[in-house]
Amino acid sequence: MPPPTDNFWKADRDMPYVPHSPDDIRTMLEIIGKKDIGDLFDHLPAGVKLDRPLDLAAGLTEEEVRRYFNRAAAANHGQGELVSFLGGGVYDTIIPAAVDALSSRSEFLTAYTPYQPEVSQGTLQVIYEWQSFICRLTGLDVANASMYDAATALSEALSVALASKRKKTIVLPVTLNPRYRRVVKTMLSGEGITVLDAPAGPEGTTDPVALAKIMTGEVAACVIPNPNYLGLVEPVDKLSDVIRDAGAIVVAAVNPVALSLLRTPAEFGAELAVGEAQPFGIPPSWGGPLLGFLACADKHKRRIPGRIVGRTTDNRGQEGYVLTLQTREQHIRREKATSNICSNQGLNALRATVYLAMLGAGGLAELGEANLIRITALRKTIGDIDGVSLPFDGPVFNETVIRLTRPAVAFRDFARKRGVLAGIPLEGVAGCGEGDLLVSVTEKRTAAEIDNFGSLLEEFLSGRPEGAEVSS
Amino acid sequence: MVPDDRKYTQEHEWVLIEDGVATIGVTDFAAGELGDVVFVELPEVGSEFSQGDTVGTIESVKAVADLYLPVSGEIAAINEAVVDSPELVNSDPLEDGWLLKVKMNDVTEADQLMDAAAYGQLLEG
Repeated sequence: MPPPTDNFWKADRDMPYVPHSPDDIRTMLEIIGKKDIGDLFDHLPAGVKLDRPLDLAAGLTEEEVRRYFNRAAAANHGQGELVSFLGGGVYDTIIPAAVDALSSRSEFLTAYTPYQPEVSQGTLQVIYEWQSFICRLTGLDVANASMYDAATALSEALSVALASKRKKTIVLPVTLNPRYRRVVKTMLSGEGITVLDAPAGPEGTTDPVALAKIMTGEVAACVIPNPNYLGLVEPVDKLSDVIRDAGAIVVAAVNPVALSLLRTPAEFGAELAVGEAQPFGIPPSWGGPLLGFLACADKHKRRIPGRIVGRTTDNRGQEGYVLTLQTREQHIRREKATSNICSNQGLNALRATVYLAMLGAGGLAELGEANLIRITALRKTIGDIDGVSLPFDGPVFNETVIRLTRPAVAFRDFARKRGVLAGIPLEGVAGCGEGDLLVSVTEKRTAAEIDNFGSLLEEFLSGRPEGAEVSS
Repeated sequence: MVPDDRKYTQEHEWVLIEDGVATIGVTDFAAGELGDVVFVELPEVGSEFSQGDTVGTIESVKAVADLYLPVSGEIAAINEAVVDSPELVNSDPLEDGWLLKVKMNDVTEADQLMDAAAYGQLLEG
């Protein structure tokens, strides 16, 4: 940017935002009898003192800083301008303007940690309602005030199960989100926990027979992802029977949007359930911040991390909300703690609560159906195209694997240049190959966008051989 | 209130042994020190523990105490009434407020416990 000829932009350099003005410094130096700040460091040996100014660029004015960051931000391409078929746990969904408007209201601008009920009723009531929504969605008895994301919530739920069973082994299906698998392994790695894999069958879902073979008496818990990372509905009842017959705890990792259509964790025998509530009114934002939830059967409520808000009455008989329960291990018996999570994801839980309150039970059911209608349309569109197939026939909710005769990565890059985020290449996940792509649709995708996705695939597959499009 | 029909531990638990089964609770002194008990966590029936293992917790309005197993063995029963009504630990620690029963692996472990006289001295100590 050309420097302005006048000095107006430079003016703010003469207004330093540090507490000591040159006059202050001069006065202080006079009192202690020093001429210069450098004299304060005279006692240091010459060899350790820097004898030149720090090698830093001159400061920028406020306007220069603003332009610098605007330019940098313009290099991002958000999902607002791209048509997204990305899923895998984070989804591009319609967010009503009321979510922004209500979650910005000053009533909710209370302290991050609402320990003081007398000044935090807005936040506390929202958390209570969030917990109630999560209990209704999962069918379980208790939900906490929220977690950072599904991956860490899953790890925390498994810690609860491990502590409850006093065992050291857990089972994760290979059909579980690979990022959740990595987070769980990392978080439990310091505790000597053994993590076993439950393999997938040819249908793309966890094989109950193979699972039964690894469910020994040593296993504390097994995760059932539903739908799984390949978008498929798992045989939840069969898997749950196998897990419970082995005396282990079922931990469900579910997409909450799908719970209006699928069996709830409580219905298939899970004692703990976690998931990602980001689709409820929270933008994908390049992958975060997200919003995890954690719910449990009553018997585990003393072990779950975070805090629980309860409804009560004050000394005048008026309804009010307070922090009701936190595991004491996190405060007074830390050597016994199973978690160091003491807080929650307040702002995003507020957004999700506003979103769910707006939708209501009927709206949520329609939302689920809208997802199902669109994935069915996408699968039909793709099924008619030569050179691409649908490797799995099982029921899906809003995601599906498509199998290309050419590398999925090449199609992803091709589509990106046409303003479409096509999906997540799956090579190496649960037996998938280089042609496999995970494609997601939500209520936000129109019929025209789904048709265009099919056209892009046709164009890509009929185009020049692999690699050629890179030079186009 | 230190009845001499049972044994005692340094952790202020009482142990009443009948036919190789030890019934365990906390003493009147422990219940008083804890204050109002609001939650009792007990192990699963059928699980096995060694002597000295932590098998549960007793939570009061002002403290949380671990429940130690004074003798090794298999949990034969837990007092469901205490789980539902933790205040029994305060109102009747020596009878209705019992916590669990253990099928003992080794009855001679009882010899390591204090008798009523020794426990009475500990309290006066």
